[in-house]
This record gives sequence, C-alpha cells and structure tokens, in this order.
Amino acid sequence: MVIECKHVWEHISGYLDQTLPPEVLEQVQKHLEHCEICSAILDSTRNILILTADERVFELPLGFSERLHARVEEEIRGLAP
Amino acid sequence: MATELRDESRMIASILAGDVQVFHELIRPYERRVYAMALSFLRNEADAEDAAQEAFLKAFRNLASFRGDAKFGTWLVSIALNEARSRIRRRDAVKMESLDEPDDEGQTSPALLLDWKEIPSEALERKEVRFLLHKAVTALPLIYREVFQLRDIEQLSVNEAAQALGITVSSVKVRLHRARMMLQKALAPQLKEMAPKRRWWAWS
Repeated sequence: MVIECKHVWEHISGYLDQTLPPEVLEQVQKHLEHCEICSAILDSTRNILILTADERVFELPLGFSERLHARVEEEIRGLAP
Repeated sequence: MATELRDESRMIASILAGDVQVFHELIRPYERRVYAMALSFLRNEADAEDAAQEAFLKAFRNLASFRGDAKFGTWLVSIALNEARSRIRRRDAVKMESLDEPDDEGQTSPALLLDWKEIPSEALERKEVRFLLHKAVTALPLIYREVFQLRDIEQLSVNEAAQALGITVSSVKVRLHRARMMLQKALAPQLKEMAPKRRWWAWS
C-alpha cells in the first residue's frame, strides 16, 4: 500500500523511537526511499532532537550546584528525615 | 548512564538509618533534570532555581515515604513538577498558560525543507544556536513542553515520563509527537537560515 506524505508525518516520532509496527514501518520506509521532502523532514527532526538533547542547551546556572548543596547541608543539620 | 551503577536503594536506606550526608551524593546526578523541569514550567531562572532547591529539600524531608515502586529519579521529578505547578498557581499564570495550549486534537504540519541534512556538532558552539533551541523549547505550550523535556531532553522512558506526569503512556506518545513536530516546524527554517557561509556547514 502506498501512503501519502501527511500520513508519513504522523509516524515520524514512532519511526525515530523505533516503535512502529512492522507493516507501518515498511510502508514508511518505502515512502522515504523515494520522497525527498519526507526524508528531509525526518532528518531535520532527528537533528533537532540531537541538538536539544545536548547538555549545552539547558545548562545549570553558574554556582547552582554549590548553592543547592549549601541549602541541603543547612537542612540536614536542622533535621533528619 | 552512571546512575544505573549506583545502588540507590542502599543509599536511601543509609540516609534513613542516619547517614544523612549520603543525600548529597544521591541527588547529584539529578540536579540538571530537576532544574530543567522547573525551568520549563516557570520560564525564569531565579524562580526555577528556587523551586528546584525546594524540591530537593522536600525529597529529603519525605524520603521515608519513598516506596521504591518508581525510580528515585522519577519520584524526584514528580516532586519538582508539583513544586513548579504550585508556584505557577501562586503566580496565577494558569489562565494565561491555558490560552496558548492548543487542544490535543490539533494538527501540526512540518516545515518543508529539502536541503537541511547534516548538522556539524560545531553548531552548538555558537551561542545563538543554543539560544534559539532553548527559546523554541521554552515556547512550547506546557503540556507539550513537559513531555518533551522529560522524554527527549532528560531521556526518561515513555513509561517513566507517564508516571512522573500522571498521564497515560498513549498521551505521552501523542504529545511527544506534536512537540517534536512543532519544534521541527519552528526550528528547521530558522536553523537553516542562520547557517553562515562556512566551509563545514552542510545546510546550504
């Protein structure tokens, strides 16, 4: 069965997570082989996931750890769980 | 992940038995995750840091009630979520927040690009690229942002994310897909446009 681009888009997440059922996976793969647009969408989505997962995007503020552990230490001294 | 090699239940037992200093070590791998969750809710660094600290203190105070049926990290994230949510309520931002949340049925079409393929890791050396990514994630409506943050940034499993957020696994999947598509739509054209004319850049 041939599927249209917009149906492929619905499966991009599942494709990236490798959770598509085998028959859907096969249809999506076949489509991707000949459709440059959907391949580009898949690539750019994958790239964005790689980029946003990089620790440098969501960095801890400078001194966060020190301030946190100082506060935890105060708490520990004041009260045992 | 390094946390897998640690025996967290043993650490927790030690803390409860009185070796409270172990708590510092117990929470170290989760600092970023808890902060990032708070930030994704509160969208303000100072508030997020305060909420994150409070979440860790609450975890310490309530450690005896940790049952071990979830991972410690997941339990910690739910505490952070509750803390951030209650702060949002206090800030009375709930009304504003709900206005920009499309309903679960909404469709997102991706940005159509043919020539954006490989990204060199050098892209992230550039502050403006990091800023753009940060801004796009932060701009997602809350129900998508929280799922994306847990699953794609903090790399929790679908089940763990569902547990931490108190929603079903299928809601996690649906929202995650929407979040990814919204980010693709928002970011792909911008990232491509920002590509400077440099030799190593493969976007244009």
